[in-house]
Amino acid sequence: MATINYDSELRRAGANATSGWRRLRFFAQRYVLGTFGLAIMVTFVLTALFADLICRYSPLTVDSAHALAPPGWQHWMGTDSFGRDVWARIVHGARVSLAVGIGSTALGSSIGVVVGLTSGYLSGWVDLVFQRVTDILQALPLLVLALVMTAALGPSLPNVIIAIAIPLIPTVSRVIRANTLALRELPFVEAAKSIGMSEMRIALRHVLPNTLAPLIVLATAQLGSTILTEASLSFLGLGIPEPYPSWGRMLSESAAEYVRVAPWLVIFPGIAISLAVFGTNLFGDALRDILDPRQRG
Amino acid sequence: MTDAAMTGTPPLLEVTDLVKHYPVRSGILRRRAGIVHAVDGVSFSLGSGETLGLVGESGCGKSTVARSVLRLIEPTAGHIRLNGRDITHLGKSELRTHRRSMQIVFQDPFASLNPRMTAGDIVGEPLSVHGLASGRKQQARVAELFEQVGLRPDQMRNYPHQFSGGQRQRICIARALALGPSLIVCDEPVLVAHISHRVAVMYLGRIVEIADKTELFRNPRHPYTQALLASVPVADPKAKRLTPLVDGDVPSPVNPPPGCAFHTRCRYAMDRCRVERPVLVDAGASHQVACWLNEGTGREA
Repeated sequence: MATINYDSELRRAGANATSGWRRLRFFAQRYVLGTFGLAIMVTFVLTALFADLICRYSPLTVDSAHALAPPGWQHWMGTDSFGRDVWARIVHGARVSLAVGIGSTALGSSIGVVVGLTSGYLSGWVDLVFQRVTDILQALPLLVLALVMTAALGPSLPNVIIAIAIPLIPTVSRVIRANTLALRELPFVEAAKSIGMSEMRIALRHVLPNTLAPLIVLATAQLGSTILTEASLSFLGLGIPEPYPSWGRMLSESAAEYVRVAPWLVIFPGIAISLAVFGTNLFGDALRDILDPRQRG
Repeated sequence: MTDAAMTGTPPLLEVTDLVKHYPVRSGILRRRAGIVHAVDGVSFSLGSGETLGLVGESGCGKSTVARSVLRLIEPTAGHIRLNGRDITHLGKSELRTHRRSMQIVFQDPFASLNPRMTAGDIVGEPLSVHGLASGRKQQARVAELFEQVGLRPDQMRNYPHQFSGGQRQRICIARALALGPSLIVCDEPVLVAHISHRVAVMYLGRIVEIADKTELFRNPRHPYTQALLASVPVADPKAKRLTPLVDGDVPSPVNPPPGCAFHTRCRYAMDRCRVERPVLVDAGASHQVACWLNEGTGREA
């Protein structure tokens, strides 16, 4: 009977490889879906970077003679009511949508982590103050809050990112706080205290890394909704100013009026958003497993 | 002159009248609804190189005593003296440097190791926190500690989940040993009594009997100690099961019974036990017991 030596099998597969490529290949084989997700994300980022090289048309050129043209050889994804090429607008829209999606999720999550960790770890009056402010933020609908923010700051890309990031803070900080409260009571935190570690170092070295799993899941899930929030802001005239394209706005401005006559105006931006969300979710799941030593075996 | 100076060498650890009360709050106004008497006046001392085992049912306050001694929780009252120095009210930074001389090994080897750190990092952490060793020197010291507790140095790269429960316990011990402490508290549920020099029996936050190990096993004086020893399982399937000497449950530490806390379950309870609280008195060479039965029985030293 053949015996399996797991150690040598794992080594051959590259589980313990220290060189980058072998290790990367091991992960790629083990997390096929995650790799697929990463591929989608990389494709989108490259699309956004090299937008000008990819399309024949400018996303802003109005051509009323070919308004609402269906997908075909000339315009792969058709044209909108002004005759602008949908493919070009989606490719250029990737810039805005990804910048808003990734930027605001990253910003909102980082602030949320800091707030949640401080609140949960220090507890006492710090926690009380942070949680009441969070209550107030959560009492307002996200969109209203974002609207007030952009109205105050003025519509521009950085401002839109900030406006969308702020409503994310309460959600993230609540999750991180709950996790921190539970972790704080575990013996390994007490052990860290008993070896004379400072509170700050305990929070960063022992508590924070253990809140990573829910954070990654939450952040990748938020990415999709931030892209859509940007759409709502644009629709209300407070997003990225016209005529620059973003997926969210392409979807929202055509959904009501043209969905029957020109469904491609809704379908293609919709696919782009779904793919971006799908890709980040797949990648986020794999990332969570890769970063957890218990899942690595 | 202090006691310590009179007896020559001061005890390593001296705990006097340690009390830890937890308030129970209820309602929206968070009014105090009661007090949990987790530890209610515990005193003992421990010499250098000596081991003292604290035994008792779960919830009797053993862990609370252990954590208070290490200042992981703040005692409500009482004094803790380590190496002759009162550490009960040491400030934050002073306490931090003082932690080098006292360490703890926790009960649960699964929850006391950070799952995201390698075993080597866990054991090396105390060294880097106190700036004792870093880099290669730290690695060498950690490898040494691994060998000392019976682990292979190549296991330093492994994560806690790759070890068995016993091995994890050894990682905890290696971490406690790293700083070379003079006091190690083991909050460990098994076999405590067998490796100790002296044993203290706790019931509802108080020490009811304290004696040398052999003396305690041969001559238990407190009815609770007798019941506890009778309940120790015997490793022989044919052995006759003894009828339990106590029944009922431990009373709530929120409202501990007046007088002797054990009187509700004691076979020998007298009227006096219900009103007056017995104190630890000598009952033989280095044997102390808190029970009225031992008064006037002619069994004093």
